[in-house]
Amino acid sequence: MDENKNNNKITRRDIIKGLATVPVAGAFAWSWFSKRGHENVLKKALQEEIQLSGNNPVLDREVPDDKRIRLGIIGTGGRGRSILKGAGFLQPEIIDTYLEGAAKNNTDTRYREFQEQDDLNVVVNGVCDIYDINAKRGISACANIKKEGSDSQQTEGPKRYKTYKELLAANDIDAVIIATPDHWHGTMTIEAARSGKHVYCEKPMTWTVPETYEVVKAVRDNGIVFQLGHQLRQTEAYFRAKEAISKNILGKVSLVEVTTNRNDPTGAWVYPIDKEAGRHNIDWEQFIGPAPAHPFSLERFFRWRCWWDYSTGLSGDLFTHEYDAMNQILDLGIPYSAMSSGGIYFYKDGRTVPDVLQQSFEFPDKDLTLLYSASLSSNLNRGRRIMGHDAYMEVGGNLKIFVDSGSTKYRSKIDNGLIDPSLPLYSFTPGMKQVDAITSATEQYFAGRGLMYTYRGGKRVDTTHLHLKDWLDCIRGGGEPSCNVERGFEEAITAHMGTISYLENRKVYWDQEKQLIV
Amino acid sequence: MKKNTSQSYSAIQLFWLTALRVLIGWHFLYEGLVKLVNPNWSSVGYLVDSRGFMQQFFEWLAARPGTLQVVDFANIWGLILIGAGLLLGFLTKPALWAATVMLGFYYLSHPPFVGLNYNLPTEGSYLIVNKVLIELVAVVVLMVFPASRRIGLDRLIHKSK
Repeated sequence: MDENKNNNKITRRDIIKGLATVPVAGAFAWSWFSKRGHENVLKKALQEEIQLSGNNPVLDREVPDDKRIRLGIIGTGGRGRSILKGAGFLQPEIIDTYLEGAAKNNTDTRYREFQEQDDLNVVVNGVCDIYDINAKRGISACANIKKEGSDSQQTEGPKRYKTYKELLAANDIDAVIIATPDHWHGTMTIEAARSGKHVYCEKPMTWTVPETYEVVKAVRDNGIVFQLGHQLRQTEAYFRAKEAISKNILGKVSLVEVTTNRNDPTGAWVYPIDKEAGRHNIDWEQFIGPAPAHPFSLERFFRWRCWWDYSTGLSGDLFTHEYDAMNQILDLGIPYSAMSSGGIYFYKDGRTVPDVLQQSFEFPDKDLTLLYSASLSSNLNRGRRIMGHDAYMEVGGNLKIFVDSGSTKYRSKIDNGLIDPSLPLYSFTPGMKQVDAITSATEQYFAGRGLMYTYRGGKRVDTTHLHLKDWLDCIRGGGEPSCNVERGFEEAITAHMGTISYLENRKVYWDQEKQLIV
Repeated sequence: MKKNTSQSYSAIQLFWLTALRVLIGWHFLYEGLVKLVNPNWSSVGYLVDSRGFMQQFFEWLAARPGTLQVVDFANIWGLILIGAGLLLGFLTKPALWAATVMLGFYYLSHPPFVGLNYNLPTEGSYLIVNKVLIELVAVVVLMVFPASRRIGLDRLIHKSK
């Protein structure tokens, strides 16, 4: 070897050997830019087709919240307490469990998320529940204005009302949340509206057809702000889905498939029965209310969703979530006809409502069919699909759009290799800006599995909280909440048509002119 | 222990040692740049998918935005700088050390041990040994057989000292 270590002079040979791998760096740069260039062509081709902002008007709305709104709540069972949590009220014992969870596991962010939830500037002045223990739980949540665990000091809390009528008569309540069983929704909304209280009512809007018209009349006549509790309306993916429809990305949509897929006792409404519950702490007569008389039954009280006497069954309880999502995205309105079939095939526990249900709704003016299929004894997740001639869309917490291989609109791009029908044309996962056919396989995988966290401005947000904010914003600043009484009317009538078809074993129709189910 | 100098390599040994270094550099550099230009990239998915005895540590990193930002930044720039260093034979020794540490973390976050299942799809079938481990061993081999003072920018740096 001619190299002399002691010779510090850099020779030509040194330079050649020192820079020997620089051409490889050049090859790298060339490959890099050609690959990027190719991807940019594909990306541009996609972006020409699709640009969705996903803006939620509720988040963007600036309403001065200086006016504190005084709430009352009727029904502080499981769902009622979830709504209270969305409003910023949680029992200290629950916060204790959040804190314990966070101490054990760093990824348990329930405490932090609850603390970071925006203050809606509301106070709860009245709680009504006919079951003493639930009333106590509700009061304890509302009293916890410091949002801390049981070792912090609590306030006295709101007044408990034994009957909803007394709560509605209170002068220190501006607005009420109704989270009772279905058979009370209509009656209570009508009376609340007549008392001049704004109403946030759980879905479905009504239990019977006649009260549906009365609710609309009472809300309109008294000029109150009504919000139906379809909190999924605030899901970011739905806003993007709606934009995709309005931009005609899917082409002509003629079939929409929605489903319910559950397979556990709680999902099938077989809720646990409190050991402490009994005739002494439940006001059974008030529970029955407009329902047919029945001897006291803990099973019926805790699992009321299983009986038509208090429930609206799959159509009112779970299909309404699906219908309202599609009504939001596709502006469906009331169908021309409904056809249902199903039965009690798995839960032979004395229930009267079916546990398997199929419904098909026709919208001839929109040239489309809405199909609903529900099972309470299979978890096979069939999702929500909107099928267009040019593309189809799957909507959940995530959103995916795939081009149809038979598409007319995208034909030339498919043929030119610019669009691959097997990869999503567009995919949205909360917390990620955008995922498309160019995104790496790993990321697509994570996005598809929903493994990325749902962040909005850096934090997770509860849709119920946003839905309440929507309602409160309208009380303060005017305007119509996203699920107002008109949307509620469409929801209730559609669900009732499905139920009537099931119960009477016939096809039912909506007479648009007479506004009647026939 | 006798220190092995690069003086004694044959031309063909030198060629393949350099080729190995350049290819590993290429791989690191591309992985880093891809992450740099993707505004959506984050290590969070990879971290939460971790299994094995260090699972808690990686989940801890993913759980807080502060540490996650550091991990993302260190990943992107670590990969780019190590990659460029190995490709050009520039500061090769520290680059190889850093590469060993990074590959060690990648391996330990997703060890292909019996009984551990991952959400993240793999492109092959592995039992204890996977491509990360092989790349790690290749990096160690490069450390044990240094050649950048013969072929690479380190030759010029060393000479000018």
